[in-house]
Amino acid sequence: MDLLQTIGGYLFTDIRMAAPVLLAGLGLLLMNWSGLLNIGAEGIMLIAALSAVAGSHYFGSVWLGLLLAMLAGAIFGLLFAVLTVTLRANQTVVGAALNILGLSLSTTLNRVLFGIETTVTKVDAFKVLEIPLLSKIPVIGRAFFAQMPIVYIAFLLVPVIHYFLFKTKPGLNLRSVGENPRVADTLGINVYRTQYLATIVGSTIVAAGGAFLSTGLLDFFAEDMVAGRGYIALAAVIFGKYKPAGIMVAAMIFMAGNVVSNVLQVAGIGIPYTFLTMIPYILTIIALTIFASRAVAPASLGKPYKRG
Amino acid sequence: MGVILEMENICKQFPGVLANDCICFSVKEGEVHALLGENGAGKSTLMNILCGLYKPTSGEIRLEGETVRFNSARDAMERGIGMVHQHFMLIPTMTVTENCLIGDKEGSSIKLDRKEAGRRLKELAERYGMEIDPDAIVGTLSVGEMQRVEIIKALFRGAKILILDEPTAVLTPQEARALFKMIRALTDNQFTVIFISHKLDEVKEISDRVTVLRLGTVVGTYDIDQCSVEELARLMVGRDIHFDAVTRQQPVGDTLLEVNNLSLHREKSNEGKLLEDLTFEVHKGEILGIAGVDGNGQAELVECLTGIRSASSGEALYQGKDLLKLSTRDIMSNDVSHIPQDRQKTGLVMPMTLVENFALQDYYKKDFGKGALMNWIGVEERSAKLIQDFSVKTPSPYELAQNLSGGNQQKVVVAREISRQPKLLIAMHPTRGLDVGAVEYIHNQLIDQRDKGVGIVLVSTEMEEIMRLSDRIIVLYEGRAMGCVRPSETTVEEMGLMMGGRTLDDIRKGSIKETSVEEKMM
Ligand SMILES: Nc1ncnc2c1ncn2[C@@H]1O[C@H](COP(=O)(O)OP(=O)(O)OP(=O)(O)O)[C@@H](O)[C@H]1O
Ligand SMILES: [Mg+2]
Repeated sequence: MDLLQTIGGYLFTDIRMAAPVLLAGLGLLLMNWSGLLNIGAEGIMLIAALSAVAGSHYFGSVWLGLLLAMLAGAIFGLLFAVLTVTLRANQTVVGAALNILGLSLSTTLNRVLFGIETTVTKVDAFKVLEIPLLSKIPVIGRAFFAQMPIVYIAFLLVPVIHYFLFKTKPGLNLRSVGENPRVADTLGINVYRTQYLATIVGSTIVAAGGAFLSTGLLDFFAEDMVAGRGYIALAAVIFGKYKPAGIMVAAMIFMAGNVVSNVLQVAGIGIPYTFLTMIPYILTIIALTIFASRAVAPASLGKPYKRG
Repeated sequence: MGVILEMENICKQFPGVLANDCICFSVKEGEVHALLGENGAGKSTLMNILCGLYKPTSGEIRLEGETVRFNSARDAMERGIGMVHQHFMLIPTMTVTENCLIGDKEGSSIKLDRKEAGRRLKELAERYGMEIDPDAIVGTLSVGEMQRVEIIKALFRGAKILILDEPTAVLTPQEARALFKMIRALTDNQFTVIFISHKLDEVKEISDRVTVLRLGTVVGTYDIDQCSVEELARLMVGRDIHFDAVTRQQPVGDTLLEVNNLSLHREKSNEGKLLEDLTFEVHKGEILGIAGVDGNGQAELVECLTGIRSASSGEALYQGKDLLKLSTRDIMSNDVSHIPQDRQKTGLVMPMTLVENFALQDYYKKDFGKGALMNWIGVEERSAKLIQDFSVKTPSPYELAQNLSGGNQQKVVVAREISRQPKLLIAMHPTRGLDVGAVEYIHNQLIDQRDKGVGIVLVSTEMEEIMRLSDRIIVLYEGRAMGCVRPSETTVEEMGLMMGGRTLDDIRKGSIKETSVEEKMM
């Protein structure tokens, strides 16, 4: 019984840790299907993490913090769209710029707002929302039904986005833009508007992932706290073959590495702590090298489109 | 038949090119109206304006007497104008139904009803005598089927005026005939068809009236009954076109390429072979024609010979080397040139300039620069000369390949490959999409090369082209050679039978009574 308990505990942590990566991956997915390759998730998540803390601190509500974070994400998305869609700048370069901007802006604003102190400013964070009865199921009950609201939202978004992409007309239109914007254009789809919408909505979802880091997993902001999760989300999209369910599985697998590293740290088996924290990243690299070549990306991913 | 559509004084200015210069054009309801003109005359541009993809610089479009303005393809579609583009506008990873539903406005605006749409597609297809599987993935279809999907897609979206931009360029004669049947069925049902083609006898056969464009202006509109094919050619090019019988001065030379038992298996070996035991020779100064219905192994054969695909067994000896064991670069640097079948996918890099495209094959050679540095001035001079020699219509050598008309893109590929002064030239559909003047020019170039002692492998589905140019012809059927004949010693009927899968020996034994080619091919 004890072993089962422990496994349930691991599952609980894994799901919780996977949620932000999942959110970021789903947001990126929407952008990818519109043909835009945005590597700036890391930056968006950082600025969102700070915005969430600031919002929670000043408005006294974690939900308003989330809203502010999503707003910040939307602005970053808008910036990305203006530069890459309207001005047709190189998407990778702009994405990299977003990462740098997100890092420096969040660091600076953090110092301006909360000062350079050794004690962090703690804020109101998300609380666990237990689903009555279901959370009492042995072993898996707590893992699945005693999580924070954003975790539920993240996992509910998986079927929702799947349905949107593959079962609705706007979803089909979005995918056609990513596959071949010229074809979409000949069929009367406003390619630029679709790309703008996808980027802005996608970025707000990525931002929700960032907000969860600082007001869900923790209750304060730390500089560079995203720690590569934005890049792991990029990998999760590829590993997940550009499908929501695939991204979910990828996020869980990558973050299971995180759980393993935590367990090993606690067990104290003598491997230096710094090596252990590398596990999720190494897992990501291995998974990518094995599976990346088999992924089917939207055919026009990363190519700017110019109307005739 | 009333006038349904008028385009008045349409001008379209591209940077450096006046593609349409005050064009007036009117179409009657229920007719097939052909649009003729040289490569780059402005046909596709005019049709892109009509279907809402381009905005005219000036001019006016009237539909049933009412002035209309199209801001997007959707606007045009809502007024019943649908276009099947010169280069297919389909997404290969999606199904037929999905391709038809992109941007669809009918019914629920959220839910994607694949079943209902599939049913409607099937119904439409049946009504006009087409066969279609709504759930097939488009990428797995043959070219003829994709064409059908394009037409169905236009009808599905409520097109009453259907524009077909060079629909037959990639079709086999049988598929073309099926298409004509379809067009007839449509015009019988009050649809109007605008038809672009460079094949004059097709135009003669299918259309009611024809408008001829030259250099962006209208030469005139004529009833088809009043024009012969020769007259159409003269109107189009502005001079007489002669396809004289090909003569040869010197006999063929030594063996240049010797292919022995070339085979290519499918990925799953139990599904039969793509190429089976091909054995043939190409001599210096000889054109070997490879005939056959498209998709019977021609593309695979060329890919094997050019190192793009590795053959399962056999050898192809050329200058003491086995081409099947060499990389593409090695093959090409041994004086082999290759005109690939698809100019947009494998012939050119579309977003690059012509100068860059001309340098693609040989950029690493001495003539093109020193060490790692390119000699761009030299390359530009070269490009300018090729552009002139092959009369490629472009505002400058620095135009992007994607901005050229389809036929002019083809000329760029042919010019690049011939200018490399190859010893062996592998040419696949070298004149696909070219106007009669350009076809004449390319044919003369091929004959020139042959007279210089170049060995040429000419893959073509155009019976006339093959019969006219080749010294010997091999007919492929399902990856096997049905026989090897000289054009002077065979008939179109015999060729047709071989293309339908009968071996030459079989036919010549005369065991079978005469069947007409057409029946056999259907
Ligand atoms: N998007 C574009 N940008 C710049 N120039 C263009 C563009 N599209 C076409 N052109 C130019 O306009 C002219 C007319 O091109 P168009 O494609 O209409 O010719 P076409 O009659 O269809 O020829 P073809 O038979 O070879 O297809 C050409 O000289 C071409 O280079
Ligand atoms: Mg054209």
